[in-house]
Amino acid sequence: MLITQLKDKETIVSLTEGKKVFIINCHGCKEVHFPEKEAKELQDEMTADGKVTGILTTDYICNPDNLKLRLEKHAEEIKAADAVLVLSCGVGVQTVAGYLEDKPVYAACDTYPLPGFQGVTPLEYDCDQCGECYLNLTGGICPITACSKSLVNGQCGGSKNGKCEVDSEMECGWERIYRRLAQLGRLDVLKCPTQVRNYATDEEVSKAE
Amino acid sequence: MKITEAFERGEFVVTAEVGPPKGCHIENMLEEAKTYLSDITAVNVTDNQSSVMRLGSLAVCKALKDEGLTPIFQMTCRDRNRIALESDLLSAAMFGIENLLLLTGDHTKLGDHPQAKPVFDLDSVSLIHTVKQLESGVDLGGNELVGEPPKFAKGAVVSPCSDSVDVQLAKMERKVAAGAEYFQTQAVYEPEKFIQFMEKAKQFGKPVQLGIVIPKSVGMCRYMNANVAGIHIPEEMIDELKADKEKTKAGITGVEIAARIIRECKPYCQGVHIMAMGWESKVPSLLEQAGLR
Ligand code: SF4
Ligand code: SF4
Repeated sequence: MLITQLKDKETIVSLTEGKKVFIINCHGCKEVHFPEKEAKELQDEMTADGKVTGILTTDYICNPDNLKLRLEKHAEEIKAADAVLVLSCGVGVQTVAGYLEDKPVYAACDTYPLPGFQGVTPLEYDCDQCGECYLNLTGGICPITACSKSLVNGQCGGSKNGKCEVDSEMECGWERIYRRLAQLGRLDVLKCPTQVRNYATDEEVSKAE
Repeated sequence: MKITEAFERGEFVVTAEVGPPKGCHIENMLEEAKTYLSDITAVNVTDNQSSVMRLGSLAVCKALKDEGLTPIFQMTCRDRNRIALESDLLSAAMFGIENLLLLTGDHTKLGDHPQAKPVFDLDSVSLIHTVKQLESGVDLGGNELVGEPPKFAKGAVVSPCSDSVDVQLAKMERKVAAGAEYFQTQAVYEPEKFIQFMEKAKQFGKPVQLGIVIPKSVGMCRYMNANVAGIHIPEEMIDELKADKEKTKAGITGVEIAARIIRECKPYCQGVHIMAMGWESKVPSLLEQAGLR
């Protein structure tokens, strides 16, 4: 189980500024505290502004086969969009980003842990429910799970032949992130401010409940 | 003295590094440092290098300082969370240690305590940011420090011959943005690659010291080629070491090679950092052959 929270409105607005977006809502996991109302208001507002090319509301987008079928039905609307905004946990966002390789895919939510399982048997993608989803800064590849040190500010000095210093069988997560951003023409996001992880967030969320 | 002052004076800055012993006796180490490293700008002290547990960097920095040398305190993020890191930074300032080299650190799996918990609460970039924050009189938790805040020369590392040099450059840019003031590089054996790297790195406007490890033997070169990130020693260089076994064993060939690399790269960088790895005694002759003495 997990809790997804909407990122603050400013963040979402700045992510999508001047862009047409296709929106995907995932209602798969029982998200106990998801702010349905705010999420809907935000989407209504964006639709009224003429920013939205289409909305897909479905469940378990982390299932790649399901997702593929559903996205195919919206192929035209996705094509017309400059970016795809995903309201789901980190695994869902990564599954979409993996499928739509040449489209910027943005996470509109942060994922916090709750005991229990996440999504439907995520095979390829992993989310550690870190509470401040970094996928918008990393081309949709999770730095917490794809990098052995969970680095959030870039590659360490340990990668050799593209492999991680900890495991020569594992591709360096930051090489993947860099490649993906280069492919999207978005290497500029690497110039973002220094990221300092916040281990207090999950506690604050549960305190706020 | 801050190492950044030497860069500002336009000096070609020479530093070397010492690795603390696995034990609590440093007489030999201090003697060697005093004999061979006392006329260079500063001496790095490694922080549990390669994740192998050793005597602490901060304590050895203090001992070097007491002997009249200028230490550079190396700090990694592997073993301490932000509270311990900030506290050690204040301790360093109290001892009058002014130079830092801030690194992420190797993973615990690579060292002699693979069972240990890897911390990485911060990383090299957020550690640089943390030092800057302390310098402004506020800690990372947002709390004010009492009295005059510390002031350090903030150094960082970069790997210029990495097979993913663009990814390294992107990280270097983030370090500069966070407040890094000078860089020391991974050991360089391919001057052309280093020069190409410097062409791109000079846009950041920060001094870069060429990293040098004297090649000791054919076996060491083969080992580094297979296992050490960012290092590729060309076959011709290994052949040079093969040619005269006695000369190689005496360190003469290795010093010749290292001096040649320094001479080739010198016009493109602002200093050299020598990682002697037990060959501290070779540093004076290396500097002489490189035309730096
Ligand atoms: S950055 Fe990774 S661990 Fe954190 S919420 Fe996003 S997908 Fe999950
Ligand atoms: S080599 Fe790559 S994946 Fe491994 S710890 Fe370093 S940055 Fe992370």
